[in-house]
Amino acid sequence: MNATLDNPQSKPAANGNGSSRVNYLTPLANIVETKDGYVLEAEMPGVNKDGLDITVENGELTIVGHRAATEPRGREVYRESRAFDYRRTFELDPSIDTTRVTARIDQGVLTMQLPKAESVKPRKIAVHD
Amino acid sequence: MSLIRYQTPELSNWSSIDRLASFRDEVNRLFDFTWPSRDSGLFSGWSPALDVADDKDNLVVKVELPGMKKEDINLSLHDGVLTVSGERKHEREAKEGGTFRSERYFGKFQRSVTLPSAVDANKVNASYKDGILTVELPKAEEAKPKQIAVNVS
Repeated sequence: MNATLDNPQSKPAANGNGSSRVNYLTPLANIVETKDGYVLEAEMPGVNKDGLDITVENGELTIVGHRAATEPRGREVYRESRAFDYRRTFELDPSIDTTRVTARIDQGVLTMQLPKAESVKPRKIAVHD
Repeated sequence: MSLIRYQTPELSNWSSIDRLASFRDEVNRLFDFTWPSRDSGLFSGWSPALDVADDKDNLVVKVELPGMKKEDINLSLHDGVLTVSGERKHEREAKEGGTFRSERYFGKFQRSVTLPSAVDANKVNASYKDGILTVELPKAEEAKPKQIAVNVS
């Protein structure tokens, strides 16, 4: 395990609003490989399109999801959910064509298509006589 | 105690630079995991997070259910117990290639909560947005706080 890698769950706060660290939740993710690339799904309940911030840099994909603002309703009687934003970083397979990555979010599930570059797709070579 | 849902463990080692964080989450989950009660009739590994809030006139119950279809969510109210159940269906199977991470839970779930006050079952309103189910339950008249005017003559 590489201990030098950054820990995405607690990052120094960019804005100095009192607290020095920001907590993030790690969204649960599924990643499957298809013929054309990879499909990544990440669960971020409470996040809509406007709260998503996705970047690809140096072969790393970073997903940040900010929860849509909701006004607090009365007194909390019981609470299991955690109101933090989401953040997770993945190292991308070099075969992925980052210019063609697409993302959409529906009912709190982000789905990203990460297509492989044409040059790395398996290609059948015809053999001539 | 922090309430962290039990999640299915990682199946493979898709290279991820947040492995330490995942590991910490995994350890947290181990400590917080409790076996689902048998009388629910469902052996469910998915226990969606549930919140209950109380403003003066309503109880507001929120359940995190990302990626569901509205019609796959069932709500029932019986004897002051609100039950949310349903099933999240698998939409995507790995056809070729493989699965690099499989952390999301698919299948049935059921959560029940005893409401802290009496509600008017006819006026319950539920909405599903951004993967969060919000149920508004107006309190029954007798459960609402009342202002009592005292006349001093």
